[in-house]
Amino acid sequence: MKNNLNSFPLSDKFIHDFGVYQADIKRYDNEKIALCRDQAFEHFLKIGLPTRNLEDWKNTDLSEVYNESYNHFYHEFEKVEDIDKVFQCNVPHLNTIMLAMLNGRYVSKDEQLKVLPNGVIYGSFEAALQQYPDLVAKHYAKYADYTKNGFTAINTAMAQDGFFIYVPDGIEVKKPVQIVNVIHHEHNICIQTRNLIVLGKNAKLTLIHCDDSYNHQKSLSNTISEIVLGENASLDHYKMQNVNNDSTLINFAYFHMDANARLCSNGLSLNGGILKNNNYVKMNGEGSECNIYGLYLMDRKQHIDNLVYVEHLKPHCTSNELFKGIIDDSASAVFNGHVIVSKDAQKTNAFQSNKNILLTDKAKVNTKPFLEIYADDVKCSHGATVGQLDTEAMFYIRSRGISEHNAQMLLMYAFADEVIQKISIEALKHRLEDMVKKRLRGELSVCEQCVLHCSNPEKEYSFEIDLTKI
Amino acid sequence: MLLKIKNLHASINGKEILKGVNLEVNKGEVHAIMGPNGTGKSTLASVIAGREVFEVTKGEVLYKGKNLLDIPVEARACEGIFLGFQYPVEIPGVSMTNFMRTAVNEQRKYHGLDPIPSGEFLRLMEEKKKMVEITAKLTNRSVNEGFSGGEKKKNEIFQMAMLNPTLSVLDETDSGLDIDALRIVANGVNKLRSKENATIVITHYQRLLDYIVPDFVHVLFEGRIVKSGGKELALELESKGYEWIKDGIS
Ligand SMILES: Nc1ncnc2c1ncn2[C@@H]1O[C@H](COP(=O)(O)OP(=O)(O)OP(=O)(O)O)[C@@H](O)[C@H]1O
Ligand SMILES: [Mg+2]
Repeated sequence: MKNNLNSFPLSDKFIHDFGVYQADIKRYDNEKIALCRDQAFEHFLKIGLPTRNLEDWKNTDLSEVYNESYNHFYHEFEKVEDIDKVFQCNVPHLNTIMLAMLNGRYVSKDEQLKVLPNGVIYGSFEAALQQYPDLVAKHYAKYADYTKNGFTAINTAMAQDGFFIYVPDGIEVKKPVQIVNVIHHEHNICIQTRNLIVLGKNAKLTLIHCDDSYNHQKSLSNTISEIVLGENASLDHYKMQNVNNDSTLINFAYFHMDANARLCSNGLSLNGGILKNNNYVKMNGEGSECNIYGLYLMDRKQHIDNLVYVEHLKPHCTSNELFKGIIDDSASAVFNGHVIVSKDAQKTNAFQSNKNILLTDKAKVNTKPFLEIYADDVKCSHGATVGQLDTEAMFYIRSRGISEHNAQMLLMYAFADEVIQKISIEALKHRLEDMVKKRLRGELSVCEQCVLHCSNPEKEYSFEIDLTKI
Repeated sequence: MLLKIKNLHASINGKEILKGVNLEVNKGEVHAIMGPNGTGKSTLASVIAGREVFEVTKGEVLYKGKNLLDIPVEARACEGIFLGFQYPVEIPGVSMTNFMRTAVNEQRKYHGLDPIPSGEFLRLMEEKKKMVEITAKLTNRSVNEGFSGGEKKKNEIFQMAMLNPTLSVLDETDSGLDIDALRIVANGVNKLRSKENATIVITHYQRLLDYIVPDFVHVLFEGRIVKSGGKELALELESKGYEWIKDGIS
C-alpha cells in the first residue's frame, strides 16, 4: 500500500511505523478496538495529513512540521527517576489530584490506574484498555471522527497511552484533577496521546490540563481527547499551553454532551511554536450549555489556530464562545468558529465572539466566526474585531503620568482579563493573572518549569504597575 | 511665570486650528477661556497636555521656564500638568483604583519616591472621594465605563485631587452637571486652589464662574485669543453673545 496523496516524511513515517509496530500497538486491544485501528489506518492512507487545501487548515502552514524528521514515535514506557521533582505544582492553595504524563506516557509512582471507593477511576489510558476494555471500547473513536482528518485517523490507529478518567453517575469529584503533560526528550520527538474522559449522569469534574515542554528540542504532539458528558453532568475544563517555540501542538477535543449537561472550557495559550486547537462540541440533548473560552498571547513567529465547531442538535441549548488574542511581532492567529443549528434545535442560543489586538504591522489575524442555521426560532450572534490599542485610551492613561509602556500593559491586561475572569478556581485564576502579566512583559520563562510551576511567583512589591485589585 | 504660550499655531491633518495663541498664566491664578464651538479650546488644552495628533507648526510653550513641547505626555503629567477631559475616555477592564494607584506610583517614581504604601493610598482615595462626593461603587468599577455624563466629570476632578497638579486645564468640566454636582465640583476645584498652582477653566457658561471666580477671562475665536479681561467680561459675553466680539474684530 503506497500513499501517493499528500506524501510527506511525516506521513510516510507514520505509515511505516504502523506497519512495523502494529502488533505492539494493538497488544491490549480487544477486537473492537483493533478493528477500529485498522479502519482508521485505512482512512489515513486515503486522506493523508491535512494540507492547506482543506478549509479548516488553510491558514496554518504545517509543511515544515511534515518535512521534519522526528526521531521518536512508538515507544516503551520510560522509567522516571524522580517523579515528584519533575511534576510538582507550586500554585498556592491549589489542591489537586495530580496526574503526570511524560512524552505522551502516563507516569505514576504507584498503580497505573486508580479506583476510588466511590467508583471513580483515573490513570493511564493504556491501563484502562487492559482493565476496562468494554468501557473503553464503548467510547473509543465514537466522537473523534477519523474520517474527517488525518491527524485523528492516525492517532486513532496508533495512540497507545494518555489519561483516562471515569466518573460514575451522581459522583462529584471535589478536588480538581490536574494533568501535567510534559515533553522532555533528548531527541526531536513526535507523540500521539489519547485521552478519554467519561462523566456519568449528574457527575461533576474539574480538569486542569497543562501542556509544557522542559527543553528546547523540537516536538510534535498530536493529542485527541474524547470527552463524554452524561445527562446533567458538569465539566470545567482548563487547558494551559506553554511550550517552547519549536513545539507544535495539534490538539483535538471532542465533547459529547447529553441533556442538561454543562461544559465550560477555557484554553489559555501562552507560548508555543504552532498551536492548532480543534474543539468539537456536539450538543446531543436538550437544555445543555457550553461556554468555550480562549486567550492567546502570541509573539515572535508563533502561530495559533483555534477552531471551534459546535453542533446544536436538540432544542433549548446554549453555546457561547469568547476568544481573545494579542498578537505581537510577526506572529499570527487564526480563529474559525463554526456553529451549526440543526432544524430541530429550536430555542437555541448561540454566541460567538473573537477579538484581537495587533501590536505590529507584521502581526496577522485571520478570523471567521460563522453561523449555519436551519432552525427558525433561535437567538444567535457572531462578531469579530481586529484592532490596535485604543489611541484615545492610551492618551488618557498617559495624561495621568503613566508611561507609554505601562499604559500599553494596562490596556493589554484589561483586554485579556475578560477571559481570565472566567476561571472559577480562585487559586488558578490568580496564578494565571500573574502569568499573563509576566507574559505580556516578556518575562515568562518557558521550558524551565511547567506552566503552573512558575519559579518566581509574582511578588506584589516587584510589580511596577500593580494590577491587582484591592 | 508658570505657563507662557507664544504665537502658538497647531494643526491636525494639515488643517490649522490654532492660529497664534498667546497666553500667560502665573501661579495662584485662575483663567477662564470661553468661545464659540469649534474655535479650538479643546485643541489648545490637548496641545498643552501633549496630545501627539496635533502638530505644533509655530510658536512656543514654556512651562516653569522650560520648553514644554519637547517632553512627552506622561512627563508633562509628572511635572504637574493635568487635563480634565471634555469627553473622558472609557477604559473597560481597568479599575479606577488600579488606574489611580498606577498613576500615583508612576508620578512618585518620576520624583524618585517609593510606591505609596497601600494603607496610605486607601486613605488618600477615601479623602478625595469624599471631597467630590463620589460613591465607593464608582471607584470599584472600570475607568469611566458606564459612568453617567455627570459622574465622568466628577471623576475628572477626583483624579485631579488625587494627583494634586500644578497646572490644571479643565475642559468643560461643568457641562452635563446638575446644580448640586456643579457646586460640588466647583468646591472641589476651589479647595485645591493654592498660591502654588493655577487653573485654566474652559467653559461656555458664566454660571460656573460664579463658583470658580476667575482672575482673567479670555475669548478664543477662530484659533486666536481675541479679547481678554476680568471676570466681568464673562457677564458681558453672557448678555451680548459672541456676535459682539466678531463685530469688534472685523
Ligand atoms: N481629530 C480631529 N480631526 C479633524 N478635525 C478636528 C479633530 N479634532 C478637532 N478638530 C477640529 O478642530 C476644530 C476645533 O475643535 P475643538 O475641539 O478644539 O473646538 P472647541 O473650541 O473645543 O469646541 P467645543 O466648544 O464644541 O468643545 C473643530 O473644527 C474640529 O472639528
Ligand atoms: Mg471643546
